[in-house]
Amino acid sequence: MTLDANHLEYPHRRRGMDHRRYEFSMLGNRHPVVWPGGAGVALWVNLAVQFFPLDQRGKPFAPPGGMSTPYPDLRHFSLREYGNRVGIVRCLEALDAFGIRPTFAVNAALAERCPGLLDRLIGRGDEILASSWHMDTLHHGELALAEERAVVEKTLATLRERTGQAVAGWVSPARSQSLHTPDLLAAQGVRYMGDWINDELPYAFRTDAGELVALPLSLELDDQFLIGANLHSEWEYAAQIIDACDFLASEAAKTGHGRLLALSVHPWLMGQPHRVAAFESVLEHLAGCGSIWSASASEIVTAWRGQAI
Amino acid sequence: MREDLELYRYRPWDERLPIRWPGGARLAFWVAPNIEFYELDPPVNPSRRAWPRPIPDVQGYATRDYGNRVGMERMMAVLDKYGVRGSVSLSAAVCDHHPEIIELGVERGWEFFSHGIYNTRYAYGMDEAQERAMVEDSMAAILKHTGEPCAGYLAPALTHTERTLDLFAEAGGIYTCDLFHDDQPTPVRVRSGRRFVSVPYSLELNDTIAYVVNRVEPRRYGEMIKQAFDRLHREGEAGGTVMCVPLHPYQVAHPHRLRAFEEALAYVTEHEGVWLATGREIAEHYLEHYYDLDLGRAGAQGGGAEAAPGAAT
Repeated sequence: MTLDANHLEYPHRRRGMDHRRYEFSMLGNRHPVVWPGGAGVALWVNLAVQFFPLDQRGKPFAPPGGMSTPYPDLRHFSLREYGNRVGIVRCLEALDAFGIRPTFAVNAALAERCPGLLDRLIGRGDEILASSWHMDTLHHGELALAEERAVVEKTLATLRERTGQAVAGWVSPARSQSLHTPDLLAAQGVRYMGDWINDELPYAFRTDAGELVALPLSLELDDQFLIGANLHSEWEYAAQIIDACDFLASEAAKTGHGRLLALSVHPWLMGQPHRVAAFESVLEHLAGCGSIWSASASEIVTAWRGQAI
Repeated sequence: MREDLELYRYRPWDERLPIRWPGGARLAFWVAPNIEFYELDPPVNPSRRAWPRPIPDVQGYATRDYGNRVGMERMMAVLDKYGVRGSVSLSAAVCDHHPEIIELGVERGWEFFSHGIYNTRYAYGMDEAQERAMVEDSMAAILKHTGEPCAGYLAPALTHTERTLDLFAEAGGIYTCDLFHDDQPTPVRVRSGRRFVSVPYSLELNDTIAYVVNRVEPRRYGEMIKQAFDRLHREGEAGGTVMCVPLHPYQVAHPHRLRAFEEALAYVTEHEGVWLATGREIAEHYLEHYYDLDLGRAGAQGGGAEAAPGAAT
């Protein structure tokens, strides 16, 4: 057996990355960032406000948390809707009790499907960022450019009109992108995106329509990853988030460089009655540790932008 | 395909060699950071796709890139703190992409050994000339960028052919991390008859296996390392043992995980009778003092062809 000759050819084997999107940069070499009030750790709590359609296409893969039994998969459909009815109320009560501000990553389909939910989110005044149309409008490498552009435009137009906010942020379903996604987002006025989880600070990301800011929304600290995929208990989840907070606060104190703790939280998962107490214990620790700046995603981007070289 | 590549003879654990490591140590402890580069859009090997999602698999790619951007310096700082030198399983293309990482390792006196060119290029389907070219390319890059010859091998993404170890030994390598059959070094039979050994690596304590495959939580990972150490340290009294912790900066160095590893490393290094070594040092000590004894035992058992490693030279 022999492989084609291109398996021993390395066209991108040179200094830096094997693509044009960003420069390689090690964390220790960054320009120091200082958060407002001298806090060591900027905290972005991203609540995922999601709609999983019952008639899921699942192409080219089923979105995590999506339908997984034959149609009609009412168990998963309704369990995800639980998050928008019950779980989010519990999560918001917990956040408010500890004075921690969420940012909402919203599937735009909910603007039509669930106006009461949108009214509640808008009424709070917290930032809303776009998370595509719904969880089954995946952005991926086999998606036609025109189709993807239409989804991006419809999503942003719907959310901007409905919320009156700039809607400057984006998190893709399953953090999945095509080769064009960053270009389409920048062309539509998006300032930052959370999908590229290769860092723990914001960084500059090139597009055909100008620069975006990558604001990595950690997967490793995502409740759906730790509890849903890894099957860790809610208290093991809490221990890991608390350990992460303490580690980052300690690193910030040692180096004098601000750090970012980005928590992706799913109300359909964390808002379950047997889990929310663990979430509350995390929030209590974060609020009491003395190192946290609780901010919206846009505020973090803006603070970083003002200092980045 | 063959039922068994017959790379080593059978030797039960209660017949292990009476190894003593330098300084009279009973356990040789080494840490093998995997410093890797995964390509965004590699050629597709017919036997294995690099990424589960269509290109670009942002989640998979960015997860690995995190190790080089964020995890690397944290992992290095913890190893520095406990006086442990890394033995780096290196995607040789990192020499080209990120020479600053190589410099950080060189200035620490770390060892670099071959882990192929990219961890998205697999040996499956390579003919002999192709695999030899890949192996020699990786070894030449290590010599050029670190100033030290490459002594060890861990196949890229653990992808092998029947010839992999033969080719690496012929290219001048002395040890492999690809075999998991023992907690002591053993001779490995290669077709050239060269003196070539297996140095125990570990799948079970590999952070990626623990975190990605077995999905353990970080504090338990720390406990696993301590428990493995306790047993191997005790058993080393009757015959020196090897303990390896293979790392990936994109796994172990996350803020929710690194402290558990650090606590385990503190535990290991506070004990007596522990030799903090590199893979090459373990291989060389074994080759100098025990390799022939091991072969002789095999011969005394009437191993015949079984005793072949080294005999054909």
